[in-house]
Amino acid sequence: MASSTQAKSFTFSEGGVAILLILCVFVSILIAAKTHDPAMAFHAWLGLAAAAVGVFAVFNGHFKRECNIPEEIDGKPNYQMGPVKVATALSMFWGIAGFAVGLIIALQLAYPALNFDLPWTSFGRMRPLHTSAVIFAFGGNILLASSMYVVQRTCRARMAGGLWPWFVVWGYNFFIVIAGTGYLLGVTQSKEYAEPEWYADLWLTLVWVIYLLVFLGTLWKRKEPHIYVANWFYLAFIVTIAMLHLVNNATVPVSFVEPKSYIVWSGVQDAMTQWWYGHNAVGFFLTAGFLAIMYYFVPKRADRPVYSYRLSIVHFWSLIFLYIWAGPHHLHYTAAPQWAQTLGMTFSIMLWMPSWGGMINGLMTLSGAWDKLRTDPVLRMLVVSVAFYGMSTFEGPLMSIRAVNSLSHYTDWTIGHVHSGALGWVGFVSFGAIYCLVPWLWNRKGLYSLKLVNWHFWIATIGIVLYITAMWVSGIMQGLMWRAYTPQGFLEYSFIETVEAMHPFYVIRALGGLLFLVGAVIMAYNLVMTVRYGEHAEEAVGHPTAVQPAE
Amino acid sequence: MSMMNKHAIFEKNSIVLTVGILIVVAIGGLVELAPNFYLKSTIEKVEGMRPYTPLEMAGRNIFIREGCYLCHSQMIRTLRDEVERYGHYSLAAESMYDHPFQWGSKRTGPDLARVGGKYSDEWHHDHLVNPRSVVPESIMPGYPWLAEYPLEITDVSADLATNGIVGVPYTEEMIENARADLLAQTDPDSDDIDGLEERYPGVQIRAFDGDPGRLTEMDAVIAYLQMLGTLVDFSTYDDQADVNLR
Amino acid sequence: MYERLAQFAQTWGLLYFVVLFVIVLAYALWPKNKKRFDEASKIPLRED
Repeated sequence: MASSTQAKSFTFSEGGVAILLILCVFVSILIAAKTHDPAMAFHAWLGLAAAAVGVFAVFNGHFKRECNIPEEIDGKPNYQMGPVKVATALSMFWGIAGFAVGLIIALQLAYPALNFDLPWTSFGRMRPLHTSAVIFAFGGNILLASSMYVVQRTCRARMAGGLWPWFVVWGYNFFIVIAGTGYLLGVTQSKEYAEPEWYADLWLTLVWVIYLLVFLGTLWKRKEPHIYVANWFYLAFIVTIAMLHLVNNATVPVSFVEPKSYIVWSGVQDAMTQWWYGHNAVGFFLTAGFLAIMYYFVPKRADRPVYSYRLSIVHFWSLIFLYIWAGPHHLHYTAAPQWAQTLGMTFSIMLWMPSWGGMINGLMTLSGAWDKLRTDPVLRMLVVSVAFYGMSTFEGPLMSIRAVNSLSHYTDWTIGHVHSGALGWVGFVSFGAIYCLVPWLWNRKGLYSLKLVNWHFWIATIGIVLYITAMWVSGIMQGLMWRAYTPQGFLEYSFIETVEAMHPFYVIRALGGLLFLVGAVIMAYNLVMTVRYGEHAEEAVGHPTAVQPAE
Repeated sequence: MSMMNKHAIFEKNSIVLTVGILIVVAIGGLVELAPNFYLKSTIEKVEGMRPYTPLEMAGRNIFIREGCYLCHSQMIRTLRDEVERYGHYSLAAESMYDHPFQWGSKRTGPDLARVGGKYSDEWHHDHLVNPRSVVPESIMPGYPWLAEYPLEITDVSADLATNGIVGVPYTEEMIENARADLLAQTDPDSDDIDGLEERYPGVQIRAFDGDPGRLTEMDAVIAYLQMLGTLVDFSTYDDQADVNLR
Repeated sequence: MYERLAQFAQTWGLLYFVVLFVIVLAYALWPKNKKRFDEASKIPLRED
């Protein structure tokens, strides 16, 4: 054990990260020299720069620190919160970027002139930028941050892997940059929510495996006998996303210096694989991961244990068991085999039960403490997020029913459904977690202003309501117009008439998105002020104050 | 010592948990995905289906690059209004050479599974350059650069060869002649026409962007759009035949 | 082929699902485990 000695050595993790990054430098140079593709060359130069900065940071960090970092200080775990801080801040940054791009593309649908007739600003390239920025950059970073925070605190152990958690956070964000710039340059494999090309996928695989090892390693070091249930959800999220990512991105590149690749699956098989992936990205990234946040942050903030730990165990296993089957409900009435469609629909409907079990578990944690909702807007945000979770997991099974789906599929109803989950559930639970994390991480007594949290809450809530009602109306309206017949038996509306009819709702939707963005900007201001001017939490009770050595 | 023992069991627990999760999620995936690779209904070949010509594939790759699939589906469902609006419902076989599939998930614009032959080349050209010049209410972005960018044709063979690796039946002859075939498809006077037609039955040959002198991305995109859904002849296709019932 | 698959799903598939669910329920509701779960549920609230 290296703890409590004053020795200083070049650790294995420092060596490992340095060697890996030096390798990356060489690979980047090789690709940059060989490729004829400008996007690939750009990414190779980015990789070179990032890896070089990384190598410098490793050695700089080594020479600056005075001794080996102890596992414990005065009998208390010496938590590693540096990577958590970075991921939290980046989550906020990407969140605002992602919401802003969402607003732009919402406006493009209302006012097509905003596409500016330029390749890199047109809807088709901006839309994946929006989805990836909010799901993988905003959501992914808060999952990284919260999982690294929660696993350390519930295990009462410093994170495993020394420098590797830093590699995970920066490596993941490098993936985001490669993916996002790639979309704008036209680099995409066209699989929704899995658009990045093969080289970005490979890089993510590497980062993800290390993430899994860091997470497991921390579990192995734990001082608590039991693995807290939030960690189960995080683990399911990490493991399953790895599996989904590998299967859905099984591609053969045209050459190792070209971004283009072709997927090994074709047609029906590819569609089935894609929506097995797509729906489980919802199930394991946007649900399991954020349920983990719920299971830690709601009890923590309400200062009472989760309503029923037993229910949480049943919730966990039935959720992951059922979710994995639900994908084919994206393919009703298509050329995908009907037995698969029926299977997907059946499991989607059953999924309603564990989802509501989880929601009840989260809400009832507040039982006996409902008054806190009046005084603590952060807790209110967390609780409302769980309510939105309940709403969208009721709507989801409904939409998976073949007859309902025949109306809703291909329309804005789906977009509205996704956003009730994404803005209401994922967005609010993340905001709640970040509002908790920032004072804890930066050692502040509390937030700069609860009043501003209140403003954020209400502005964003109104935004969400505007957004989803506009999409419900426009989606159901369009679905009905497509299938409307005249008394003579002809189709009543041409396609373009349905497009025209949606215009007002697209404007309302954009307004809803604007409100949500404004809320997030208020939040960012509040957080910056908390870090800069917040009171130090010397005597704060109920809030962890980690001992921070220079890292 | 006892501390060590305990610790070993804890380590096992997290591995047990990981393996349990993996088994539970893998079974669902396997049962749903695996049968699609051998069930007849999903791998049946239908008369008329052939791999994309090099030009069509180039157009398809531009279609993907610009994210067209985000607003246009290519999957006509088995619903009365869809069949009347777009044509015969899509067959599994019609996307058998699609790596990746382009079924889409949202119709901000109309379905394109059978758009081939519905509009003239000029209409497509004008529509892609400025959609509102032909459909005033359209909310589609303009793609004027397609008419200006010359088509990149350095690696045509490699694209076909890679598709061959993942299972598309491109012959060596097709791969070797890829570049010539691509050029010939926009040039009715080319010497390679016979070979092209032999390799890709039913191929449409003309200067798709209206300018025989230049090979642009517009040529490729229009060639792709004009062939969509045209390969299977539905006047002779019998959906009541045994193999097509499921 | 379709019938065989459907039959398999409706018998063995259902059994697999029910057995799994029963195991999870038993594990969660086993009286002996209650104390451990109560302990575990307090993990986030304990300070160090």
